[in-house]
Amino acid sequence: MASVTFQEVTRSFAPGERPAVDRLDLEVQDGEFLVVVGPSGCGKSTSLRMLAGLEPVTSGRVLIDGVDVTGRRARDRDVAMVFQSYALYPNMTAGENMAFALKNLGVSKADISTRVAEAARVLQLEDLLDRKPAKMSGGQRQRVAMGRAIVRDPKVFCMDEPLSNLDAKLRVSTRAEIANLQKRLGTTTVYVTHDQTEAMTMGDRVAVLRAGQLQQIGSPTELYERPVNTFVAGFIGSPSINLIDSVPVRDGRAVLTDSLQIPVPGAAGRAADRVTVGIRPEGADVVGAGAGNPGDAGRLPVRVARVERLGSETFAFVDPVGLVAGSTGRADHLVFRLDKRLDVREGSELVLTVHSAEVLVFDAAGSALS
Amino acid sequence: MTALAPQDRPESRTSDSPSPAPPSAAPHERSSPLSRVGGYLGLLLVILVVALPLYWILISSLKERPDIYTVPVTWVPDPFTAANYSRVGTGVAFTDYLRNSIIITTVLTVVEVTLGVLSAFALAFLRFPGRSLVLLFVIASLMVPNQVTVISNYALVAQLGWRNTFAGIIVPLAGVAFGTFLLRNHFLSLPKEIIEAAEMDAAGPLKMLWRVVLPMSWPTLIAFVLITIVTEWNQYLWPLLMADDSSTAPLPVGLAQLQDTAGLTNWGPVMAGTVLTMLPILVIFLLLQRHMIKGLTAGAVKG
Repeated sequence: MASVTFQEVTRSFAPGERPAVDRLDLEVQDGEFLVVVGPSGCGKSTSLRMLAGLEPVTSGRVLIDGVDVTGRRARDRDVAMVFQSYALYPNMTAGENMAFALKNLGVSKADISTRVAEAARVLQLEDLLDRKPAKMSGGQRQRVAMGRAIVRDPKVFCMDEPLSNLDAKLRVSTRAEIANLQKRLGTTTVYVTHDQTEAMTMGDRVAVLRAGQLQQIGSPTELYERPVNTFVAGFIGSPSINLIDSVPVRDGRAVLTDSLQIPVPGAAGRAADRVTVGIRPEGADVVGAGAGNPGDAGRLPVRVARVERLGSETFAFVDPVGLVAGSTGRADHLVFRLDKRLDVREGSELVLTVHSAEVLVFDAAGSALS
Repeated sequence: MTALAPQDRPESRTSDSPSPAPPSAAPHERSSPLSRVGGYLGLLLVILVVALPLYWILISSLKERPDIYTVPVTWVPDPFTAANYSRVGTGVAFTDYLRNSIIITTVLTVVEVTLGVLSAFALAFLRFPGRSLVLLFVIASLMVPNQVTVISNYALVAQLGWRNTFAGIIVPLAGVAFGTFLLRNHFLSLPKEIIEAAEMDAAGPLKMLWRVVLPMSWPTLIAFVLITIVTEWNQYLWPLLMADDSSTAPLPVGLAQLQDTAGLTNWGPVMAGTVLTMLPILVIFLLLQRHMIKGLTAGAVKG
């Protein structure tokens, strides 16, 4: 068990080009499960590989347990990695795959067999120990890859999208298994994914990366409710937050329609000319027929363009009616989550009441106002 | 090699069998009868070009001397005779040449495969300054025909006093540019994650080579071994220059010798000697080729 620290870590592949990872500062506590998330090409895998020792660091320092390991080889860092493709040794059985590292480290035979047996028990791999990877299913291979990491009892686990090759159902169950396993073992874990559901459900904290730069790090709830900028707001949450650009500010309120005016927080925000407003899909309710009229404060009349029914919930893609001139939604439509019992059809008109306390306001550059 | 390969076979077969089926079935269904006939004609032509000289060698070795020259040609020896084969042994010291060939080919194959694997591993996986320069040298040496260096090699080896010795024949032939190049490219085609996983699993370079890289490389390695054996078994020019007598000369030189002693028109014993020279290689080829199967990385990585 150990803490992990990135100090101004930069990795550039070619001089003159934008670095893949740009002065990354990150602190992972002992025993913490940190999820690093971002779109492809954001530098999340590169960061992980620099921690594992598979990628050289251009500048900055990587510390494990307070010790500078920047110049150390992968094998001397006591870090185990689970690869996206599992990377099992095809010529070895599951048991041999798990024992390989221990053998290389000079662990005694008796010790190896107890540790492999223990890992196999935890991961329910006992029946597969004599089987080679080619004769296993994807989920089984994934578990062997996990087993190979945990038998070593390393200081840090590095996981590079370990679930992305599993089918959707297996992914959900394995997600929980990995999170439970990590809690039980208490090993510091850095987990890279592009899947924001994994990020929200698995990690103690989540770090969002974009173009090699750390955007925000915090608990999943923090990222969801208080994103620092429109990128984080748009990346976390599914379906994405509704962002409306160039909303004019009048008397300290962002004016979306005549009826819907959101108070802009912060002095700088109130002084701004135009802001970006973000409304989560669950941030509005449908007003029942006859309850007040569309002109009441906080009301947003919309026209339904498309409806997606998922069984448990319904998503309505809508166009706002009477949006103030100059403001535009970033996506084609605004999306709102509705009660599945509600009978909504394409073309019908609804009146929504927006929970203005949950509405996020960003300045023109995209940073959150508070 | 032989201990490992049979274990690997069944699973590679199971994993491979579903995938090749659709591509081979599809063009078969689409092709018209005409193009299929054309395809078979092409195959037949290739078989004739390859097999006819071999068949000719075989029947000539089984014919009596006057029958070899009959016009029109006879395609089946009449009568069959094995006399040419016994003449091979009496004409020249065939067993001596055979022994020399085995020594030279074995030593050269072991040396070349070892050097080839080690140098390819270094060029593919180890990071050291001047790596690309070394690779460039290796590739450049592939571009130089052997005959060009014969004279300077001869001068050097003669100076060392190695004429008519095995060292003199073997050492100048032991360079492995082709093997290095072939194996390096193969190593680079292996899934990168597995090499990285081995690195994380604290495998040193030799362990990585022996336990991780080579088990995924047997088909390529065996192909390289076969090519090396055939090339070295057939070496002619350099041994001819180096060896003076049957104490060091290999079979191809012995065959030429046989032609001199048997008389320039007496092809029967020469053809019989040729058949005997080909046999060991044929056996080795048949033994090794069944291990040249693909799919050893099956199950290693996904996606």
